[in-house]
Amino acid sequence: MEKTENYLNDEVTVSSWLLTTDHKRIALLYLMSVTFFFLVGAFAALLMRLELLVPNGGLVQAETYNKLFTMHGVTMVFFFLIPSIPAVLGNFLIPMMVGAKDMAFPRLNLASWYVFMAGGLFGLASMILGGVDTGWTFYAPYSSVYSNTHVITMAVGIIIAGFSSIMTGLNFIVTIHRLRAPGLTWMRLPLFVWSLYATSIIFILGTPVLAMALVLIALERVFGFGVFDPALGGDPLLFQHLFWFYSHPAVYIMILPSMGVVSEIVPCFARKRIFGYAFVAASSLAIALIGFLVWGHHMFVSGQSLYAGMAFSLLSYMVAIPSAVKVFNWTATLHKGRIYLRTPMLYALGFIGLFTIGGLTGLVLAAMGLDAHVHDTYFIIAHFHYIMVGGALMGYLGGMHFWWPKITGKLYPEFWGRISAGLVFLGFNLTFFPQFLLGYLGMPRRYYHYPPEFQTLNVLSTAGASILGVGYLVPLLYLLWSLKWGADAGPNPWRATGLEWTTSSPPPKENYRVTPEVDEEPYAYDAETEAAL
Amino acid sequence: MSWIVPPQASTVAARVDLLMGYVLFVAVCFIALIGGAIFYFAVKYHHSRSVDRSGPVFQSIPLEIFWTGVPLALTLSMFVWGARLFITMREPPPDSLEVDVVGKQWMWEVQHAEGRRELNEVHVPVGRPVRLLMTSADVIHSFFVPAFRVKQDVLPGRYETEWFEATEPGRYRLYCAQYCGTAHSAMTGWITVLSAADYERWLAQPGAEPTMTEAGERLFRRAGCASCHRAGGAGPALEGMFGRREALEGGGTALADETYVRESILRPNAKVLKGWPPRMPSYEGRLDEAQVQQLVSYLKSLKGA
Repeated sequence: MEKTENYLNDEVTVSSWLLTTDHKRIALLYLMSVTFFFLVGAFAALLMRLELLVPNGGLVQAETYNKLFTMHGVTMVFFFLIPSIPAVLGNFLIPMMVGAKDMAFPRLNLASWYVFMAGGLFGLASMILGGVDTGWTFYAPYSSVYSNTHVITMAVGIIIAGFSSIMTGLNFIVTIHRLRAPGLTWMRLPLFVWSLYATSIIFILGTPVLAMALVLIALERVFGFGVFDPALGGDPLLFQHLFWFYSHPAVYIMILPSMGVVSEIVPCFARKRIFGYAFVAASSLAIALIGFLVWGHHMFVSGQSLYAGMAFSLLSYMVAIPSAVKVFNWTATLHKGRIYLRTPMLYALGFIGLFTIGGLTGLVLAAMGLDAHVHDTYFIIAHFHYIMVGGALMGYLGGMHFWWPKITGKLYPEFWGRISAGLVFLGFNLTFFPQFLLGYLGMPRRYYHYPPEFQTLNVLSTAGASILGVGYLVPLLYLLWSLKWGADAGPNPWRATGLEWTTSSPPPKENYRVTPEVDEEPYAYDAETEAAL
Repeated sequence: MSWIVPPQASTVAARVDLLMGYVLFVAVCFIALIGGAIFYFAVKYHHSRSVDRSGPVFQSIPLEIFWTGVPLALTLSMFVWGARLFITMREPPPDSLEVDVVGKQWMWEVQHAEGRRELNEVHVPVGRPVRLLMTSADVIHSFFVPAFRVKQDVLPGRYETEWFEATEPGRYRLYCAQYCGTAHSAMTGWITVLSAADYERWLAQPGAEPTMTEAGERLFRRAGCASCHRAGGAGPALEGMFGRREALEGGGTALADETYVRESILRPNAKVLKGWPPRMPSYEGRLDEAQVQQLVSYLKSLKGA
């Protein structure tokens, strides 16, 4: 195939990348950055799992272990998962999906990457200077008075990175409102766009509160303001309220984009319109909005009032409903489809399975009487990894495989893709399912040493983690391999609907040579009559 | 220890496990339903098979209502059951035995009303509700006994309570569940549940110190409290004060509970009693949390005239 001019070969100088305002190039800058942070966070996880192979291990010191789980949590949450799908796939796809040439604010988009990198450098600096031992939750007064580690540097990094989230969210909202192609009505938008719209609302409304909470921690550390430490006249529960007001919705920042990805992949590989489009779209907004009202379920045993706890418990059950609605609609989409179990589909179905387990174990945690037992144990660890890794990360990988041909113009080896999806699914379950059992048996989280009766399950978990690690390395290798040796993808290897597939791969710099017009519903697949894929 | 559940050694343990069984049963049904449907459709409608794909459905309001309504009803039942169980866990029976706990990096200090003190160990009798009055000397800790299925964060600057009634003599693990710094995972201990007779023997062992109330009374005199807090003194007399609702300077009232008494000792100007201008010095830094608990115990024993 002849080389056509596209956004990758249009200009090749370093400055053409570092000063680009092309949303597609910015997406790739983000891709490299978040991949780096993923590797940093994974390295910390690797050391933790090795330490936990034996009950009284001495691979690292207790203090080092505490720094490792902090490094793992902070990096994975703030520097990988939160930006992953929005800043990589969202940046690449939102303008293309709405038929625009770029974001509404291309320079703000580039600025967001620099801001993100500045935040990331502060985060890295605090790790290199000696680390932070507060956990990613920064509970006061430990973080504000007692910890002797680089809390402020890390907090500054997270605050700065938060601004990049706000910039990205703002850009998405304006782009979706203002730059839709002719004929692309709200009810014709791809569900990925709906879910990132919902995510952007959380970015904008939630992130400032996290910044406030961390600024207050810094003020108490440096100037002794009595905000959180009772010895200074403060209230430690205030910190938890502020922290979770952002950090619970942040879970939806991680999962909503993955739900959007799955809503694209499932119809494509079932060759069928999505079931209940309006309900899937509306449930994203419902999750974003109700998700703001459930933070207190992290605090049932914190000393929060019983009645506040009951309200939060009830609302937490309410937020489970729209998630369930999505799962039912995806499943119904398969009915009478023409199903291809290609790599993206395997990831998407894996997402549905793992997210369902994660969501249903959330029902345990929302029940106050059960949470009193499993709170702060490995049950919680298992639950949120099913959501954030089994869910969010599976969705991210599914999306990367789905749009890789569009982004790079290359196909990856399908055989290895399926192997990786299988390894990730198996490795994930072996890592985290034993942690449900550990948690109910009573093993607390953030334990450097643990009683010997918990060893067998911990060994299983570490074994699973090593399979999971291989499962993540394999795609990294073959995707890189495909850049040079992969077959040309053509504009639309999956014969998918959606505007992004109507242009060449990789797309030209301006996305569309002619402004597209939309005259049909989304997901106009036809399982009944179409020829084989 | 079984592979699935820790020992059931308190009155709520079996109730927690029962609710867990209910929620997990519902969860497994849904996982089987969704997983089964995905698997079935993936095989039946696999592209390699020629089956009837005519008349696909893309929307169904009755179905949407059905699969919104059923989960809603089920989750509401979980909410009610979970909340009721939690209320039981929060409300100690009035005749509970009281044990005072101070969490500090990285140990549990325990005082019994009868005077015995222990570290990282709590001896309790079987078949009697035990109420823990807990505070922290530094950061947040959490008192967690898996065999009893109870947990409560222990905060600095206030009292939190937790109660349980052990049903089986034995030794059960105690953990700090809230991350509290370097040696968090070493902040563990044991709850020893004794038969009533063994417990009496344990209490009476030689070396038992004065009861907490007696220790509090001595402290009350030694720290100079008694010079003002007496009839006609510079401060209010404290007989009968505990449990009363007191009017405050500048409006409002405060219930004289354990947290209030503690605060009034350590930060007397935080809530000033109406008619008693602030002149009491702060005892912050002069009394440790265990001593404050002794004073609280003494003040609780002062009945009204």
